[in-house]
Amino acid sequence: MEESKMAKGVWIVAEQRYGAYRKISFELVSAARKLADQLGEEVGAILLGSGIEGIAGELGKYGADKVYIADNALFEPYTTDAHAAAVAKLVKEQNPSILLLGSSAQGKDLSASLVGKLATGMATDCVDLKIVDGKLLSVRPMYAGKCYGEVAVSTFPQMASLRPNVFPAAENPKTAEVIKFEPGLDPSQLKTKVLEVQKDTSGKADLTEANIIVSGGRGMKGPENYAIIEELADVLGATVGASRAAVDAGWRPQKDQVGQTGKVVSPNLYIACGISGAIQHLAGMGSSKYIVAINKDPDAPIFARADYGIVDDLFKVVPELTKEVKKLLA
Amino acid sequence: MNIVACVKQVPDTETLIKVKPDGSGIDETGIKWVMNPYDEFGVEEALRLKEKFGGDVTIVSVGPARALETIRTALAMGADKGIHINDQAFEGADAYNIAAALAAAIKGIPYDIIFCGQRAIDDDAGQVGSVLAEFLGIPQVTIVTKVDVEGASIKVVRPIEGAQLLIESSLPCVVTAQKGLNEPRYASLPGIMKAKKKPVDVKDAAGLGVTVAPKAKIAKTLPPPARPPGKIICGEEPAEKARELAKLLREEAKVI
Repeated sequence: MEESKMAKGVWIVAEQRYGAYRKISFELVSAARKLADQLGEEVGAILLGSGIEGIAGELGKYGADKVYIADNALFEPYTTDAHAAAVAKLVKEQNPSILLLGSSAQGKDLSASLVGKLATGMATDCVDLKIVDGKLLSVRPMYAGKCYGEVAVSTFPQMASLRPNVFPAAENPKTAEVIKFEPGLDPSQLKTKVLEVQKDTSGKADLTEANIIVSGGRGMKGPENYAIIEELADVLGATVGASRAAVDAGWRPQKDQVGQTGKVVSPNLYIACGISGAIQHLAGMGSSKYIVAINKDPDAPIFARADYGIVDDLFKVVPELTKEVKKLLA
Repeated sequence: MNIVACVKQVPDTETLIKVKPDGSGIDETGIKWVMNPYDEFGVEEALRLKEKFGGDVTIVSVGPARALETIRTALAMGADKGIHINDQAFEGADAYNIAAALAAAIKGIPYDIIFCGQRAIDDDAGQVGSVLAEFLGIPQVTIVTKVDVEGASIKVVRPIEGAQLLIESSLPCVVTAQKGLNEPRYASLPGIMKAKKKPVDVKDAAGLGVTVAPKAKIAKTLPPPARPPGKIICGEEPAEKARELAKLLREEAKVI
């Protein structure tokens, strides 16, 4: 029997932590809904967790037709072994044509493991998905965004992971049928264990999920000067980022680095202060919806990518911007 | 301790990437080839474990003839031997097939830990390490910033959104390295000289018993989408420019 006659359905793996959905789950369902509508197929969602029965139906709001749920203490916190085994088992039984995950911390880990377990192919960190001749064509940046690739997967499920905060979450209410499934977990097969979760106490959104980011680079001249960046970030409700130069100089921690060897971010607004805009930095923030550059070097490459630029001394501009934003938001 | 570190040769991050007009890939003329930076962290960690526990470090790489240079770099850093999987069949192969090749080579040698970079900076796919673990039937810990080996288990730090996880895994396992794991050493001149004599086994698909079964392919390579040109905000004083920017962000971009 031809596989393409059997594989049907656009599925996603939802992500939740401690009983609350992560935003990427809604983005995934919405993206799946669009594809499913083009194919005339159903949207299925897989939800794993502990004590999560109550939230299963919520995915219907974004267009899920079916939500497959497995509720087990072994699913929280996330481990590759438990989640990949359960998802692979269900996917092999149900045979969806497309399987989407988020390119989040968890999603990166889980999706790569599933490529192995399902013996299929995947397009990582996609920024667009199309249906061409009934098959999925995924568009993704490569070489740090210096070029893009259109990826076709010839096996089922056709997998893709979605870059967070790129695909809009759109309400499209369906009555989702909630189906419990048996994950078939074998505790002796779970070889990794989470010993401790050390929560970040900054109270700010993680860079990869922030709506607004204010970033400082080499032009900041030293760690003590980040106070003005932090003040601007505070009035904007933004998270503070840094370029590689600032991190390598020891001014900011590694976790703040945006760029090719740092984090990939997709905020609505990225304000780059004293950052020249080397290609490696652009790799990390190129998906930002709006980019602002503040740099006293008129030839800084970042101005070619910025939507708005100010060629001036950031030490004068940034505090003024903080003042103006405070006034506007008052 | 028997440690394996997988490495990939990739274009240097400064490389100007030129897309071929027919969209079939990138133009490789004049590219400076280097070890994938994330793999360097893996090699370094392997060497540190060897220094601590004794044993040896084997470098494995899938790549054309030029990839041998990258294996030699790892040997110059202090690794002991290499396996170069060089076969046309693996050129442009997807993660599943690359992992199959690595697994076939690694299966034949003793290993306690296998290091991979968390992703390669050319395709940015980040799948090979995990798929390799699946092929070998061993656990995986990905994108780690700290490694501690204690007896028959390993403890790692894995950053996630808003937190860091301390994860324990049994050995053997695959570890994929993230920036911050360590500072890779430079190869010394004596190291470079010694590396020339260290053994590198060359394997091909037939020798490994691997048949490539393609799953994913890059149907087309395109230049990045153009961004509409932005505006430089004019004004006499920083305060004036800041005011104008705030106004534009509010009224035009509508992001604040």
